[in-house]
Amino acid sequence: MRMLAIELSYWPLTLIKTAIVLMVIPAAAVILGYVFLLKMMAHMQSRMGPMEPGGYHGWFQLIGDGIKFIQKEDIIPSEADRRVFAIAPLVVLVSTFLLYIVVPAGPRLVVQDLDVGIFYALAVSSLSVIGILMAGWASANKFALLGSLRAAGQLIAYELPLVLAVVGVVIQANTMSLQGIVHAQADGAIFGFGLIGNPFILTQIVGFGIFLAAAQAELSQSPFDMPVAESELVAGYMTEYSGFRFLFFFMAEFGTAFALSAIAATLYLGGWYQPFFKTGIMADVMGPVVLGAKIMLIAFLIFWIRFTFPRFREDQLQTFAWKFLIPLSLVNIMVTAVFKVVL
Amino acid sequence: MPDIPGLAKGLGVTFKTMITTWTKGAVTVQYPHEKEDLAPRTRGVIALKEENCTVCMLCARECPDWCIYIEGHKEKRPPRREGGKPRTVNALDRFDIDYALCMYCGICVEVCPFDALFWSPEYEYSESSIADLLHDKDKLGEWMVTVPDPPALEAGAAKKK
Amino acid sequence: MAVSEQQRLSYISAQAADARLAVELQTEEMTLNLGPQHPATHGTLRIVAKLDGEQVVKADVICGYMHRGYEKLTEVRTYPQINTLINRIDWLSSFANEVPFILAAEDLMEVEAPPRAQWIRTLFFELSRIANITLFIGEMGVQLGAITPVFFAFRDREYVLNLIEEATGGRFHPNFDRIGGLKDDLPKGWIAETKEAMRRIRGYCDELEDLLMGNEIFEARTRGVGVIPADVGLSYGLSGANIRASGVDWDLRRDAPSPLAWKELDWKVWTHPDGDSFARYWVRLQETREATLMVDQLLDGLPSGPIQAKVPRIIKVPAGEAWAHTENPLGEMGYYIVSQGGLGPFRVKIRSASFHNISIVPWLLKGVYVPDIITILSSLYFILGDIDR
Repeated sequence: MRMLAIELSYWPLTLIKTAIVLMVIPAAAVILGYVFLLKMMAHMQSRMGPMEPGGYHGWFQLIGDGIKFIQKEDIIPSEADRRVFAIAPLVVLVSTFLLYIVVPAGPRLVVQDLDVGIFYALAVSSLSVIGILMAGWASANKFALLGSLRAAGQLIAYELPLVLAVVGVVIQANTMSLQGIVHAQADGAIFGFGLIGNPFILTQIVGFGIFLAAAQAELSQSPFDMPVAESELVAGYMTEYSGFRFLFFFMAEFGTAFALSAIAATLYLGGWYQPFFKTGIMADVMGPVVLGAKIMLIAFLIFWIRFTFPRFREDQLQTFAWKFLIPLSLVNIMVTAVFKVVL
Repeated sequence: MPDIPGLAKGLGVTFKTMITTWTKGAVTVQYPHEKEDLAPRTRGVIALKEENCTVCMLCARECPDWCIYIEGHKEKRPPRREGGKPRTVNALDRFDIDYALCMYCGICVEVCPFDALFWSPEYEYSESSIADLLHDKDKLGEWMVTVPDPPALEAGAAKKK
Repeated sequence: MAVSEQQRLSYISAQAADARLAVELQTEEMTLNLGPQHPATHGTLRIVAKLDGEQVVKADVICGYMHRGYEKLTEVRTYPQINTLINRIDWLSSFANEVPFILAAEDLMEVEAPPRAQWIRTLFFELSRIANITLFIGEMGVQLGAITPVFFAFRDREYVLNLIEEATGGRFHPNFDRIGGLKDDLPKGWIAETKEAMRRIRGYCDELEDLLMGNEIFEARTRGVGVIPADVGLSYGLSGANIRASGVDWDLRRDAPSPLAWKELDWKVWTHPDGDSFARYWVRLQETREATLMVDQLLDGLPSGPIQAKVPRIIKVPAGEAWAHTENPLGEMGYYIVSQGGLGPFRVKIRSASFHNISIVPWLLKGVYVPDIITILSSLYFILGDIDR
């Protein structure tokens, strides 16, 4: 790869990319957590959020929380299955990490642009279900078990609308690779006006809505947060986790939120594409910035819905997925396919 | 105009609140940097005016928690007028209020026949150990400077005689 | 407005399907302890539920974790001291706890408070109703997963608490009622501030109507859930908004004789025919608005005059027995005072609303799903201090 005039072979390059992604996940979790969970939620609730830590508007709050979690005692319930209990957060974190591999941040900034990019991403995001089930079972706590069973049912049910909504984009872009989808949007034109390309949100607005709803459910956010229903099951499958294990769950949750927002931005808003610097080093510099802005926009939508609505009951949740979202996404696919063939 | 579904209205409410808090600030008083203005009648702490106290023990008796500890002794004072008998007067030795027990009900203030106890809106007197919350008469006397004047009454109230 | 037939049938068919499945699979029952420390119970209430899958087979309510021995305490306290203590029974609407006790004591002493005192008592009673129910309106959202309304509740409730503080000195525990009248008169400027605060509370009610009550998810979670038929509710001794939401038109402010000023005002009793959780929420929201309108009327018509009738300095209530009850925010609260002369009563029986309101919980929770337990408990609205005294 030629960038900054250094020629690197495969393994050093991969190590550097892996290191960058490993640094991005906590950073993403902290940024998303601070801006949306702490500050935006506070403003929507008519309060200021953290103001003291770090001096200016409490920017240090989450980092301080992270340090606090790391230095806490590692408590494992006596009845718990120790090995499974310990591995469960790592499984969820690994599935988050694997998501970052295909998301492109610039024309050359992607860890590995797979041909089956989006298919791989959706497949890998469902690995977290195993981690959640492990966590609930190994906790030896009835509330945790209830929470993880609800989570399993919900996550599996909402995988389908997620996949089907993406199929519409894939049909329109003719490729499953995420870089290819970005280029398809960049090269397209809206009725001949080609300045901002053709972001798929304009034609796939229904698919975008379905993807957001399904992503909300995948992240266990309100209105689909039955697994972590705070007022009922305390913290669902995470009840028995404290200290750095809870930190892993937290990072996995916000890391996945960041990754899913990035995928939504790439599929529907044009990803790293901006019309001013299409090639060269400036595209690689502006790419992550633009992608970051689009991610913040989508994360804003996700969290706005989270802080406003009460949660669905489990059966209502499943009804919503099976009887409403899936038929709607099938109709979306048919309409997209028809238009693709006709136009 | 079509009926906006309830979901959208809810989103509108939270969005509007967010913008309002962002631009105009929250209603909360940022405590260590700004202090709140309390009403004059606020029951913050009880202050003692030692000169008025005659050790009648009414406050200690009426306290629901029995958190007032009073000790006094009789002493002789010179007569008020020339040629009179020396007076026996109660002198206050100890007047402690245990703020760990105090319910802030105000019965002692109300019941005192000589107006020796007053309410003050002072609230920043927390201690690091519960035993330190037993405040003696010097500390209670110090709080007298924070006692505000009673507020004027609304129209229609009967005039106090 | 009624529960749609389709919703009701789908709920019943889901329960029937679960029951059939349980018989086929012969799964073991699980005992779930919604223990004393739990975010859903408003305080230290314990519910032991035997679950079959996600359905409750049997539920037991175990209260008493917060029992403070009020009735025993009253045996060794004087009347002013008891007045201080009973503020803390239902701590969200503390003035409302003092009123029936003072009315019963005034009944025994045959003392009547002057009209200005009665009007201001009614004023504070309605203010404590507003303080209490505004919190419920926001807090039911939290139990259902909407975390934002409760912050609005605390923000707008502050106006009422500040008003109470300005007049009485205490935000939560005013300790303002005295046998024969009130402790103090209102400070200058209070009436104008109260009118402004009532305007804000009405705005808050409108906001919550948009944010929570009109929300389709909220309706789906609460309609048809926890239906209490009127006759069952009456037989279990429910009172307050719980029974009015089942269609029973009963409100002690209008239907029972009382020296307070409710008869002089023009107001409406709100009922709802459904008896489900949504109805209970709806009735309380309307009652809050109604209370703000009543406060406005009280402020406009406040008579002038003395605030305290002539009572001796040391209060000794003559021997006798008296019962007084009022329509508190949580339901019907009453005190039965047995006096044998003396500085304090011989025995006081406290009839608190929430204790009787939760007696229906075992009956109500049979066959409901676990998430609905939370909805039903929060819609019944009890305060632990009121249950356990």
